[in-house]
Amino acid sequence: MWRFIASRTLQAIPVILVVITVTFFLVRLAPGGPFSSEKAVIPEVKAALEAQYRLNLPVFQQYTAYLGDLAHGDLGPSFKYPGRSVNELIAAGFPVTAELGFYALLVALGIGGTAGIIAALRPNSAQDYIPMSAAMIGICMPSFLLGPILILVFGIYLDWLPVSGWGDIPGDKILPAITLGSGYAAYIARLSRAGMLEVMSQDYIRTARAKGLPEWQVVARHALRGGMIPVVAFLGPAFAGLLSGSFVVETIFQIPGLGRFYVQAAFNRDYTMILGSTVFLATLIVLFNLLSDILAAWMNPRLRAQFGKH
Amino acid sequence: MQLPTLKLVCVVIVSMALLACSSGESRVVQGNREGILHFGNGTEPQGLDPHVVTGVPESHIISALFEGLAVKNPYTLEPEPGVAQRWEVSEDGLTVTFYLNPEARWSNGDPMTAADYVWSWQRALNPAMGNQYAYMLYPVKNAEEYATGKLQDFSEVGVKALDDHTLQVQLTAPTPYFIQLMDHHSTFALHRPTIEKFGKATDRFTPWTRVENIVSNGPFVLEDWQLNRRITVKKSDTYWDRDRVKLNGIVFYPTENISSEERMFRVGQLHYTQVVPLDKVPVYRAMADSPYVNAPYLGTYFYLLNTNKPPLDDVRVRQALSLAIDRELLNNTVLHGTNVPAYSITPPGTLGYQPPKLFDHDVARARALLAEAGYPDGKGFPGAQLIYNTSESHLKIAVALQQMWKDALNIDVTITNQEWKVYLDSVDQMDFQMARRGWIGDYVDPNNFLDLFLCGGGNNNTGFCDPVYDEMIQRQAPQAKTRQERYRIFAAAETRLMEQMPIIPIYTYTSNHLVHPSVQGIPSNLMDYVNFKYVSLDADTPVQP
Repeated sequence: MWRFIASRTLQAIPVILVVITVTFFLVRLAPGGPFSSEKAVIPEVKAALEAQYRLNLPVFQQYTAYLGDLAHGDLGPSFKYPGRSVNELIAAGFPVTAELGFYALLVALGIGGTAGIIAALRPNSAQDYIPMSAAMIGICMPSFLLGPILILVFGIYLDWLPVSGWGDIPGDKILPAITLGSGYAAYIARLSRAGMLEVMSQDYIRTARAKGLPEWQVVARHALRGGMIPVVAFLGPAFAGLLSGSFVVETIFQIPGLGRFYVQAAFNRDYTMILGSTVFLATLIVLFNLLSDILAAWMNPRLRAQFGKH
Repeated sequence: MQLPTLKLVCVVIVSMALLACSSGESRVVQGNREGILHFGNGTEPQGLDPHVVTGVPESHIISALFEGLAVKNPYTLEPEPGVAQRWEVSEDGLTVTFYLNPEARWSNGDPMTAADYVWSWQRALNPAMGNQYAYMLYPVKNAEEYATGKLQDFSEVGVKALDDHTLQVQLTAPTPYFIQLMDHHSTFALHRPTIEKFGKATDRFTPWTRVENIVSNGPFVLEDWQLNRRITVKKSDTYWDRDRVKLNGIVFYPTENISSEERMFRVGQLHYTQVVPLDKVPVYRAMADSPYVNAPYLGTYFYLLNTNKPPLDDVRVRQALSLAIDRELLNNTVLHGTNVPAYSITPPGTLGYQPPKLFDHDVARARALLAEAGYPDGKGFPGAQLIYNTSESHLKIAVALQQMWKDALNIDVTITNQEWKVYLDSVDQMDFQMARRGWIGDYVDPNNFLDLFLCGGGNNNTGFCDPVYDEMIQRQAPQAKTRQERYRIFAAAETRLMEQMPIIPIYTYTSNHLVHPSVQGIPSNLMDYVNFKYVSLDADTPVQP
């Protein structure tokens, strides 16, 4: 087990280095710079700005300087927000995005897992088709459509929930979590249905039934663990996706998360911010993939046995 | 669990959920009671350093926190005393003397002095600062030379503290709009000890503007700044004119998404929105007691034409394109009648200036001009490309004009969208045939629009170059004795410009806001200028459902 973790961690380092390098040079290739603006900037001002942000150095020197700072955990000053460091912007935005992602994941697991299990209990019946069609709609419905619909219904017509904000007005976290989570709920429903279907046809389930266990105990105690393996394997990438993909929801609900900063940074050519958030998110994604691999391995008896041997 | 108990539990849970969910008293109602204005402010400000930032959202917050030598009356836009109690302009228009209000204080209690201004203007103009609005001070003698590094010695720049409360400014040429510029944040005084405590004067990224550090001199002081969430300011108790400040505080919200902003307004989370989504305009307009406010704005929406590239190097083609556009139709359909058709670069009524109207929608003449240029009925026209920065409304307008050109002139114009920074690059490099452009005035004066098209000007981007035009704008107009004479020169210059048609004016911008009926003292004006000192909230305003 430890060898597995160690080797995966070592594999992650070159991946992140490649991400840094590619992003570093790619952002500089994009047309337009951080200081181009609608009103012409006179050359003297532009030169002064570039000097303040080390952009006057040769690119390779900028690269090594950046790596040096990065080694100290310093992601540099933001170009767009003078007076703010990238570390600070990430520190302000990430906890919000992570909280939103966590709630969304709970929503996704709660709705998706339940729907998938219910569907798998009676395959090819109405009990299967209805949740699965709903899941299909969930996958197809983009959050920029679902969000405003939920706002219109629950925020404006019924006036039950706030239409925007995060932690300002009680209940303002509910709609964003549902909006962000529902797309993933749909995936999880399909995955858990498939996983459960496979498990429910196994011999050990027949044995459990033959013992005379009630059906809910068969599902809860025997089938669930095996049936949820595909879902668990999906959780890592899903959470990473929730973190990096919450931009739309953050914009609709005016949530001060990292997603908004990240996407705005690309539009603003805020080099340090783009790089900083990319490196940060890449590291997280690698980490979550690793975690979900470990979790899946632990849940799968066959793989567990293999680890035991090593 | 027995059935009646279960029912009871259900009832309790549901009612608790409802209680928790109902929004209760809205922020607007609470704000009216407590004197707190909830202000939709567009985007998260880049920062709050008056010599660094460039945007409109920043300028709103800064105008609450700081005050210039003069401010503007929001009803008339005429200058009013700010830090300066009064000022004198010499006979020849070259010397301006400001007399500072001895009561003017920094928010930490320090008195404000003329020396603060000398130091601050040096900072604002220092090339190392990279202040993109340094040019606001260019009318000052030798300011431009200092800002571009040609002059090292700041003492040669025309600003002097005669004593603690007297500031004397020498100008290069008479500048009738100079007092107006004193309300622009790049000319503001900043608190030297605070800035120097956190680094070099010219460092852009020190934390001196943070809540715990900032010292300012305006009607409000910074109370709370939560990134991408809100900025809260509260009434200052050191401000010299504090008795006139009616609000106890203002909360500025970054409202990037205009649909979200409109929804926030609808449920009573905002008093004031920065914009109104175009498709909501008819709905709001139809309301009784409509909160919708629409007023002319000092800005023009136009297309740049590249006069160096065929077929637009032919003035007849440029004129034909402009004459073929039915601006009234465009405004009434695509733009829901929210703007004003434009036939000139300067918005009408810019401090009394009326631009000449040289042409109108005239398809017959447009066709004739195109035929003269060698493309009868569009035959042989090589086509042209229009670029615009990605945006739904720019696209709608471009498509409408594309169709008008096809119908009227039988020519094909292709339209291409470009991401903002790519588009800026294309415009800057003049890598286009036609390009969408907007220009918002920094100060109310025709000069601010007409000097765009000086030979080789940084924002010219059309290749238009007319020495006579330059002579009129740069030499004749500043020497004019009266406002009337000056405007006559501008009108003559603008006529020359529009005859050459290096741009196609399309419409004059308007400002569009939703304003809660309880808000008093935000009148419509050409600059969409809010002076928060004038704003009050009427707590007795009935709440709309």
